[in-house]
Amino acid sequence: MAAVNRATSITLQEAADSSEQAELARRFLYHMSLMREVEDRIERKLYRQGKILGGVYVGRGQEAICVGAGMAAKPDDMLYPCHRDLGLYFIRGVHPRQVFAQYMGRVGGLTKGRDGNMHMGDLNLRIVAIISAMAASIPVAAGSAFALKYKGTKDIAFVFFGDGATSRGDWHEGINLAAVQRLPLVLICNNNQYAYSTPLEKQMACANVADRGPGYGIPAEIVDGNDVFAVYNAALRAAEHARRGLGPYMIECKTFRMTGHSAHDSGSYVPAHLWKEWEAKDPIRRLETLMLERSWADRATIDEMNAGIRAEVDAAIEWAEKSPYPDPATLTQGVYAE
Amino acid sequence: MPTTYLEAIREGIWEEMERDENVFLLGEDIGVYGGAFKITAGMLERFGERRVVDTPISESAIVGAAIGASFNGLRPVAEIQFADFISCAFDQIVNFAAKCRYRWNAPVPIVVRAPSGGGIHGGPFHSQNPEAWFVHTPGLKVICPATAYDAKGLIKAAIRDDDPCIFFEHKALYRRIKEEIPKGDYTVPIGKARVFREGSDLSIITYGAMVYEADEAANQLAGEGISVEIVDLRTVLPIDEETILESVRKTSKVIVLHEATLTGGVGAEIAARITEKAFDSLDGPVVRIAAPDVPVPYSPPLEEAFLPNAAKIVEKARWLLNY
Ligand SMILES: Cc1ncc(C[n+]2csc(CCOP(=O)(O)OP(=O)(O)O)c2C)c(N)n1
Repeated sequence: MAAVNRATSITLQEAADSSEQAELARRFLYHMSLMREVEDRIERKLYRQGKILGGVYVGRGQEAICVGAGMAAKPDDMLYPCHRDLGLYFIRGVHPRQVFAQYMGRVGGLTKGRDGNMHMGDLNLRIVAIISAMAASIPVAAGSAFALKYKGTKDIAFVFFGDGATSRGDWHEGINLAAVQRLPLVLICNNNQYAYSTPLEKQMACANVADRGPGYGIPAEIVDGNDVFAVYNAALRAAEHARRGLGPYMIECKTFRMTGHSAHDSGSYVPAHLWKEWEAKDPIRRLETLMLERSWADRATIDEMNAGIRAEVDAAIEWAEKSPYPDPATLTQGVYAE
Repeated sequence: MPTTYLEAIREGIWEEMERDENVFLLGEDIGVYGGAFKITAGMLERFGERRVVDTPISESAIVGAAIGASFNGLRPVAEIQFADFISCAFDQIVNFAAKCRYRWNAPVPIVVRAPSGGGIHGGPFHSQNPEAWFVHTPGLKVICPATAYDAKGLIKAAIRDDDPCIFFEHKALYRRIKEEIPKGDYTVPIGKARVFREGSDLSIITYGAMVYEADEAANQLAGEGISVEIVDLRTVLPIDEETILESVRKTSKVIVLHEATLTGGVGAEIAARITEKAFDSLDGPVVRIAAPDVPVPYSPPLEEAFLPNAAKIVEKARWLLNY
């Protein structure tokens, strides 16, 4: 009988010193900081300047989840991101300029202007475009897992979702199907305690998303979602479980959405003390502190990395702004195979 | 003080809640937040949690529970945050709510409200006009108001109606449309079109946001001495055939216009009825203007090319007038 496992997450403090750990930490930090910088520019600059239109959703404060899990995935594993998982794209080699172009509706974006914001994917990179309807991706990811198993590969699928998505029927149907078929599926929940304005207690009557794992006969564990090493290690455990043919595995990452739901929402319904409490748990600051304490990096190296990211992002925005808009004459192309 | 389309819907719901204790609301983020578009702002404070229910993200449960509550004497008004996600509740609407009365004589007096439509840079998942899916379902009523007056009168009529009503609110009209409307109680009959603008040379049969594009086109054509009549359907199921045919018999030339995509759209049904029933009055083919058969694209130049607008209407109207 599967049970909710609360004890096995490796915390920052337990992470062993080694040059490998240091190197891993540097890569975590790079991807998390890049994600933060790109999304800050999108949400706080380009959106406000009117250069980005429509919905903007960011993963501020949640960077450790997609980066930790994304680094635990192997290059041939399938990724099904949700709307606060930008880091997954960078890990798979998407360039920031493609992301800015995507947000600005230019041909240089992943969807060439057909879709906007985080609604992007690339099958060559094994990232499936976000399905806007929450939880619709769970059964689809189960189907990927089915095919990977069917073909006799050791590859697995990772699917990401929020606490709110767990209320949809698709979530339950997808997990149950994956469970009875023992499909190699890793389920990663970012429990940021709000779905738009809806707090957790209005979303579900159980205390944890992971409490639902045993109901489907699959293991589920809870980790500190602001601790990138904890997420990474849990994702490795989950992936190992799935690769060994033992079926799906759920990880609930406890975190907090450090913005409103989207750029137009100030999040006025969030009690002020929660912002303060979680600001102190910022996953990027925490990782930096750990790296400094362990002498994995010094301040100058981190500053240098951040300066590099800012320059990279400046150039990416410049490139994206020069990328043309799609030609309206292409409007009706590509609805079917041509 | 003019009332916006958005405020008109709020006023209509508010008045019905004051009038009938059995009316209650359910949906995502409608209470504390007042709804993604703020239609239900202030209602939690006024009517309390018993009657303004914030639900989990569970469209099928929202509509299913609305149906069940209606069996026990309540009059639910369910909000789908974006019409694009109404498909998550499709089965409850088309297979259960729509068929109850016919199968076992059980009325389903529910309203499902859904903000629909493009022109807000929402992309493929936040811009659709899915009315035709429901028009193909006997047992439903499908309402698409264009004016603030009609939005208020029709939401009130829908809440009082004894059959399941799908109420599409066009997002691009929410704050753009403002007009003086009566304070207090009135309803607008479901299933009745209205002549939005009288004319004699050409009829445009349309609804929702396209009423205003048609009006803009009519203004341009008026400058050329052409008189355009605009019929605003207001309800797309049932269709008010009489008003449509009357206009066609008067002008002999007709354009059927909608923002939803062309194939299998409401316009196809209207065009068929006109040719069946007013063929002898026609002085040219029934012309359809609609979005092309593609998902709603995000990028502004693509979306602009996608949406029907006054310029496209004027061009087709000139062609038809010269036919
Ligand atoms: C089926 C469906 N209903 C409603 C929405 C509108 N919506 C977009 S995101 C969101 C909240 C999602 O909350 P959660 O799953 O917890 O993810 P988070 O945004 O907190 O990361 C809602 C209601 C949607 N995208 N899909």
